[in-house]
Amino acid sequence: MASVCFYFQIHQPYRVKRYRVFDIGNDEEYFNDEGEHDLNNTRVLRKVAEKSYLPTTELLLRLMERHPEFRVSFSISGVALEQLVHEAPEVVARLQMLAATGRAEFLSETYYHSLAFFRSRTEFERQVAKHASVMKHILGVVPRVFRNTELSYSNDVAAWAEGAGYDGIVAEGWDPILGWRSPNFLYRPKGTERIKLLLKNYKLSDDIAFRFSSQEWSEWPLTAEKFAAWAAALRGNAETVNLFMDFETFGEHQWESTGIFHFLEKLPEALLAYPDLDFKTPSEVIARYGVHDEVDMPEVVTWADTDRDLTAWLGNDLQRTAFDAVYALEHAVIGSGNRKLLEQWRRLQTSDHFYYMCTKWSNDGDVHAYFSPYESPYDAYISYMNALKDLTLRTRGHTPALAP
Amino acid sequence: MPREHEEDALDLRDAHRANPLKILMFGWEFPPFNSGGLGVACQGITGALARGGAEVTFVVPKRLPVSLSYARLITTDLENVEVHAVDSGIHPYAASGSYAKHEDGTPVYGDGLVGEVARYARAAGRIASISSPDVIYAHDWLSFGAGMHAKRLTGKPLIAHVHATEFERSGGHSLNQHIFELEKEGLHFADRVIAVSERTKQIIMRHYGVPAEKIAVVHNGIDIHTALTPSTAPSRLTKLKENGTKIVLFMGRITLQKGPDYFVRAAKRVLEHDPKVLFVVAGSGDMERSTMELAASLGIGEHVLFTGFLRGQEQYETCALADLFVMPSVAEPFGLAALEAMRIGTPVLVSKQSGIAEAARHLLTADFWDTEEMANKMLFLLDSPELAQTLSRKAKRESSLLTWTRAGEKIRDLIDELAPPSYSYA
Repeated sequence: MASVCFYFQIHQPYRVKRYRVFDIGNDEEYFNDEGEHDLNNTRVLRKVAEKSYLPTTELLLRLMERHPEFRVSFSISGVALEQLVHEAPEVVARLQMLAATGRAEFLSETYYHSLAFFRSRTEFERQVAKHASVMKHILGVVPRVFRNTELSYSNDVAAWAEGAGYDGIVAEGWDPILGWRSPNFLYRPKGTERIKLLLKNYKLSDDIAFRFSSQEWSEWPLTAEKFAAWAAALRGNAETVNLFMDFETFGEHQWESTGIFHFLEKLPEALLAYPDLDFKTPSEVIARYGVHDEVDMPEVVTWADTDRDLTAWLGNDLQRTAFDAVYALEHAVIGSGNRKLLEQWRRLQTSDHFYYMCTKWSNDGDVHAYFSPYESPYDAYISYMNALKDLTLRTRGHTPALAP
Repeated sequence: MPREHEEDALDLRDAHRANPLKILMFGWEFPPFNSGGLGVACQGITGALARGGAEVTFVVPKRLPVSLSYARLITTDLENVEVHAVDSGIHPYAASGSYAKHEDGTPVYGDGLVGEVARYARAAGRIASISSPDVIYAHDWLSFGAGMHAKRLTGKPLIAHVHATEFERSGGHSLNQHIFELEKEGLHFADRVIAVSERTKQIIMRHYGVPAEKIAVVHNGIDIHTALTPSTAPSRLTKLKENGTKIVLFMGRITLQKGPDYFVRAAKRVLEHDPKVLFVVAGSGDMERSTMELAASLGIGEHVLFTGFLRGQEQYETCALADLFVMPSVAEPFGLAALEAMRIGTPVLVSKQSGIAEAARHLLTADFWDTEEMANKMLFLLDSPELAQTLSRKAKRESSLLTWTRAGEKIRDLIDELAPPSYSYA
């Protein structure tokens, strides 16, 4: 028996508008672009909701009805869910219906999709708690499995998650680190005793997420039957095939015209044609299977780029300067007791801001350009740092000890 | 001094030819007798082709004393390159408005211009008939007449290399119809067209009706053969920086195309926020006076310094000392000066209307008309050592990849397609 375990990531940041030096001290709003481009958060959200979130959640609901065996899981950042509540409540309603089936699991993450774990443990825990609160409040669920932003993972993250009471944690199944180990089993993170580690099968995941519409790919066009045969071929040497990807894969990264919806619609049926394949949520996988070995990841591994580390976010001086600068404000912002400042400061922690400042060349650079609403990493840095400077000045004004 | 291994990497294709490839090239200026980037580009391209084993005869129009014969030979330090100067009254930047005059003040428009171009073409024809080239190569509109004439006489293929179109030189205003017609005729008569950027290629397609497949894009480059060289003597501008004053540099012809007025308007906005910035305008041109007047009328006259035209050492020093190099061109086919600044390690801000903005990533950009955004980026950069250092370091590395050798190899591929080598099996 082998199980197919889907996890879809839903995340949309609050992108910083073009914020100029002249705006510092004059404009308290950083995220309210209203132009006809991708810095306009409302515009992006509505577009993605229409092209991807809405049709895909509807399709998943139909599949749930059609196949009682079907299972999926989601991780939804708090900032994405909040924007959906405001701009696309119809998507939230579909997510609630999926949650109500009891066959869709929702994972835990930081509300702000941040890298706070690597800088401030207390801030990180506050964001995880805030996320748990909206999951309960809006979707009525209590997450049991943790996933850190961009699948950033190390022994330390696992140890923290075990201490926080989670049953499981997810990470990238990157072979240079796994060595001979297959991502298709559960593992025990080094330094933990109870928590189980699920690893992404990036080859099969990327066949859908990245290669699906690539006509240069020798396997193009990819059909549900072909994909199901690949998954079935793993039987005997796999317990769980973890297919982790952005939810925007359906309809946004891969447009409707590529046939991606048709593929998804046919996939459960094609997989279930193999009697010894089934679907499981991460928690069901954890309940069903035992761990096979210990995995030791002292260094941070992520699901980004060919480097699979944090360099997509913190690889250059500008990214590190910005990251340092935002966390340098922690004490003052929290001390100010001002809710707006606190909220803006946390939105500025979202990992995407740092990703946009990436100056890596090569093919990864092109991926960064595709996902960036800025014309260049330098534009991203300038707007971000200007906004942060304004926030710094306003925070000083709100600090009782420093106020005149 | 560290030398790059460019020469080693060149493939000497002429080992396969029965005889070295002979290129007859027509241009309008060649260093040291140049006043702008075109001469530098011609030198870079010629040098790279010559190092690849081709024999290049480079012909320039130049007003010479009447006692000289129609042509003379100047030996240069480039091997395999001969530079011929043909007696002609054509001035390189004879375009756009009041600048269209010879140095002695005589106008170049109308019949005069046509006559001069024709005279250059006739003189060029004489060289073509005695030099038996494999391919003819013309740089920009003034030499198109010569290139076409040489093609007719010899029957050899013609390549037209476009460094700038009249559309770009005129900045979208007061287009000179004579020049436009000449450009159009040359581009259609040529067997292949080379554009210095994708944006220039688009202009050639849209405004001149040349089909896309006939046009290749070859970005300009920079290398040790043309790069500015450092000085040992301290610059006079060093003193200015001692008290913490930052220097923002405009270096180029002060003409409509280069956007000096936008530079001054952005300067005004910067100075409202930070008075310790000096704006240096290095160059000359028909808008020099009006640019000075604009600075004065905005009340920032003493913060804008006009140095006149700089060359060689002075140019290097000024550029190296500047905290930021700004090229706010209204239309810039490529923008070699910005690439030179990058090579030195000076952070660069260019207009999005510049070819260099498509060829390089490690620079700042803004629309030429968006002086607010330009001022924003100037102010931010002057106050951010992290950004300045990152741009400086990455731009240096990036510019070291954009070489004339690389450009020369692309051009050589195009030439070999047009004029396949005749193999010797002896």
